[in-house]
Amino acid sequence: MTLLPFLAAGWIFLVGLYGMVTSRNLVHAVGCLAVAQSSTYVLLLAVGYRRGGTAPVFADIPVGSTVVDPVVQALVLTDVVVGATVTALLLSLVIQIRKRTGTLDPEALTGLKG
Amino acid sequence: MLDPSRMLPLTVALPLLGAALLVVAGRLLPRTANDVLATAVAVTTCAALTVLWLRAGDGRVVSWAGGWRPRHGESVGIVLVGDRLGIGLALLAAVLIVAVLAYSWRYFDEPPERHRGSFPALLLLFEAGMCGFALTGDLFDAFVFFELMGVCAYALTGYRVEDSRPLHGALTFGVVNSLAAYGTLLGIGLLYARTGELGMAQIGAQLAGHHTDALLVTAFVLTVTSMLVKAAAVPFHFWLPDAHAVAPTPVCMLMSGVMVELGVYGTARIYGTVFAGPHGIPAHAYQHTMIGIGVLTALVGAVMCWQQRHLKRLLAFSTIGHTGLFLIGLGLLDPHATAGTALYVAGHAGTKAALFGLVGVLLDRHGSVDEHALHGRGRELRLAGGLFLLGGLALSGLPPFGTGLGKALAEHAAGEYAGWLTAVYVLVSAVTGGAVLRAGLRVFGGAGPAPRRSHADIETSGEGEEPEVRDPRRAVPLTMTVVPGLLLAGSLALGVLPGAGRAVAAGARAFGDRAGYLADVTGAHAALPPPPPPTAWTGSGLLLGLLSCGLAIAFAAAAVWLPAAPERALRVLRRPAGPAHRFAVVPLRRLHSGLLGDYLMWLTVGMAALLLAVGAQL
Amino acid sequence: MTRNTRTTVFLVAAAVLAAAFTWACTGLPRFGTDTHPYGDRAVRAALAHRTANVVSAINFDQRALDTLGEESILFAAVLGAVVLLRRARDEDRADPEPRRVLPSTRLLGAALLPVTVLVGVYVVAHGQLSPGGGFQGGVVLATGLHLAYVAADYRVLRRVRPLAVFGALDATGAGAFTALGLAGLIAGGSYLENVLPLGTFNQLTSGGTVPLVNAAVGVEVASGVIVLLAQFLDQAVEITSPGHAGPVQNTGGGAPGNPPEAS
Repeated sequence: MTLLPFLAAGWIFLVGLYGMVTSRNLVHAVGCLAVAQSSTYVLLLAVGYRRGGTAPVFADIPVGSTVVDPVVQALVLTDVVVGATVTALLLSLVIQIRKRTGTLDPEALTGLKG
Repeated sequence: MLDPSRMLPLTVALPLLGAALLVVAGRLLPRTANDVLATAVAVTTCAALTVLWLRAGDGRVVSWAGGWRPRHGESVGIVLVGDRLGIGLALLAAVLIVAVLAYSWRYFDEPPERHRGSFPALLLLFEAGMCGFALTGDLFDAFVFFELMGVCAYALTGYRVEDSRPLHGALTFGVVNSLAAYGTLLGIGLLYARTGELGMAQIGAQLAGHHTDALLVTAFVLTVTSMLVKAAAVPFHFWLPDAHAVAPTPVCMLMSGVMVELGVYGTARIYGTVFAGPHGIPAHAYQHTMIGIGVLTALVGAVMCWQQRHLKRLLAFSTIGHTGLFLIGLGLLDPHATAGTALYVAGHAGTKAALFGLVGVLLDRHGSVDEHALHGRGRELRLAGGLFLLGGLALSGLPPFGTGLGKALAEHAAGEYAGWLTAVYVLVSAVTGGAVLRAGLRVFGGAGPAPRRSHADIETSGEGEEPEVRDPRRAVPLTMTVVPGLLLAGSLALGVLPGAGRAVAAGARAFGDRAGYLADVTGAHAALPPPPPPTAWTGSGLLLGLLSCGLAIAFAAAAVWLPAAPERALRVLRRPAGPAHRFAVVPLRRLHSGLLGDYLMWLTVGMAALLLAVGAQL
Repeated sequence: MTRNTRTTVFLVAAAVLAAAFTWACTGLPRFGTDTHPYGDRAVRAALAHRTANVVSAINFDQRALDTLGEESILFAAVLGAVVLLRRARDEDRADPEPRRVLPSTRLLGAALLPVTVLVGVYVVAHGQLSPGGGFQGGVVLATGLHLAYVAADYRVLRRVRPLAVFGALDATGAGAFTALGLAGLIAGGSYLENVLPLGTFNQLTSGGTVPLVNAAVGVEVASGVIVLLAQFLDQAVEITSPGHAGPVQNTGGGAPGNPPEAS
């Protein structure tokens, strides 16, 4: 049972990847990329969990209380920002592709090959 | 003057400040003022890096951001570590940024209304990302700067929004690279779980207390995948030609010249600091895997390069071929090969950036980058043509260019490891150089019969490109020829000036000195490493350089003039070549389908293959 | 390559990855382990710098360089979106048609807007004390402003968010963070060093430079997200695509699906 949180992260990554490989819609593909990325949140938070720990904010708990690992939380925050901005940038590319080619199907984009 | 360790973070901070300034001032200032401001910031960063390069000496500059120096060997901060190789790569990036800013002074169309500073600002952010990535000693920080590089590169690749192909290329680039980066983050998570550290040296030191197991192998593969994707190693390379073919020429100069090489550097740096210790990934497993990938990458790059008629795609595949050689060089884990590869990378950056710049001149003049359509149409561009052919020769390893010296040193070390590797070096540089010469002879010299226009379904032609220029009727801006000329001269200087080679050799020694790196980061003192390897020209190196150069000329001449030979002679040649073409080259070209799903499938296959390859060697 | 071949090959490779990852997980420390060396050090360091919210202490003090990189990514992405979603040479701008908005929507939006902005400012300002900080508060601020779009219409939104100002603010926030790092150098320490007086634990002014960096990030994120959303809204509402008479998806102001109303 103790493996489950870690395995969930791996599963989310692969499911997102599967969605991207088989995608027929670019918005969906970028969404799947975000799904794959959320696996990193799950893994990092699972790694940082401490049994019986609370949030690492000492404003309203006594110093010395058991808290979960704050480092992974900081990393996840950075990761969230990175993910959100990359998604926004990729979606702006998708908008322009739709406008220029009239399609969102990645299989229909055949301008670059060989 | 600041001491070096306090100066190191400025190489990231200066371009970031410059970018912010450009965005604020960009609306108010005229275009020229923006360009001057951007160039001034880039030159200042360059100067800072030069000072650091000089003062790093043969050792390392260690800088704890925020002043969180280790106490009892432990820290909560992020460390930046600059040795001559890391600082050198950052300096290379900074020099190319200056060159690109100068090149694009008069290059672009009117910049977007109300956002005049955005293109140079993105370039400066790109520079900050590259400097940070080259200098960081923290694994998570490396991921952050990797993404900063990425985001700027995706946006710059898709810059020409009027055409669908740049958008398509940028999207593929962005999705494939981001996914690989998230895989790396999973790997970092695994390593953090095992060691409770994020610094490369700290993780490496902690790993010595564990055993080499499935966790370590998986973490290794996940972590290096994004580096190999950036380095365009086969089968992670598919995004590169698509992005390079469509990105604005100045951006291609940066991506081919230094960004891709940073991927190779990242792979070697992460292996050397994190995984190379006791109970890590054994050296032989790493060597075999990297040499395998390198050879495959070099050969695929060379074959595909020869097939191209789209000039930017041709240069992109030549970058893949050379990256394969760099992967071999750093995969050997030998200071001689590392020194040679570092010189090779620097020489290649100058040469490749110059070649892209000259293709930009063609695009400016004729709105096409198609070798067949441009046959003979570059005749009036005498200087550009001469430089292009010289670039082709330099690419093939002509002494005394820096590419030639680097190749000679690396291929000598590779030959000591396995004799046949020398042949790979010679062949790949001859084929890629030959392809450039072939294109140069046809386009600028009008040599040979005009190639038949084909409309095969397996290739990308270079016709119908949107010109990136303001006005096609004006004369070619001077900077567009001068900058490539200077870049080529720089590549030549690297091979001629003995000081450059010596400094790089000392850097290579420090790069491979894991114990010294760990000691410097934890504040302990390490024993001095052995003396640096020699980096002078040797007789065999000169001969092999001339050989690959001669082969390149022969390949190019055969491709250009053989079609004019009598039909009977041609038939003899075609008989063996036909099946090879039909059963090897055409399927290989069809694999480069441009489809996002295919590329992601190959990414997964590559990761699985790496897992199996490394796992099987334990 | 057919789609079936691609999927099959992918599934085989993914099976290898899945097996390796599962095997790797068996080597991880137990879920909920008590061993977090870096985490423990970070807590001690945060308390030593009198910052109650340890996550903020890590983000804005101990690992501030990561956050500087992260904010630069946001800055670059906003800049990239501005460049990519610019009006192309063959496109035009059309003024959006205002649409009818339900009075209840209008009331709710008008009531929520000041509350949301206040919450955003609070979350930014208390980043060193309670969960939240520059990024979270910045996003709340940016979305709060867009209640003007939901409750009123696009032209009202355009009036409350002058893009030139917010574009400059975005850059100023990013530049201020970078420049704050220089304070450490000027004071004789390292780049990004926390050189200000640390204040009293659990007070608004505690944590030295943390609240300042936090504020710079808050300004950058709020203005960055506003500019970013503006690019996307512009595409949907204002910019007419080549070969079309009107905007690509004609959604004026207010809730989609409402019938247009002559102004």
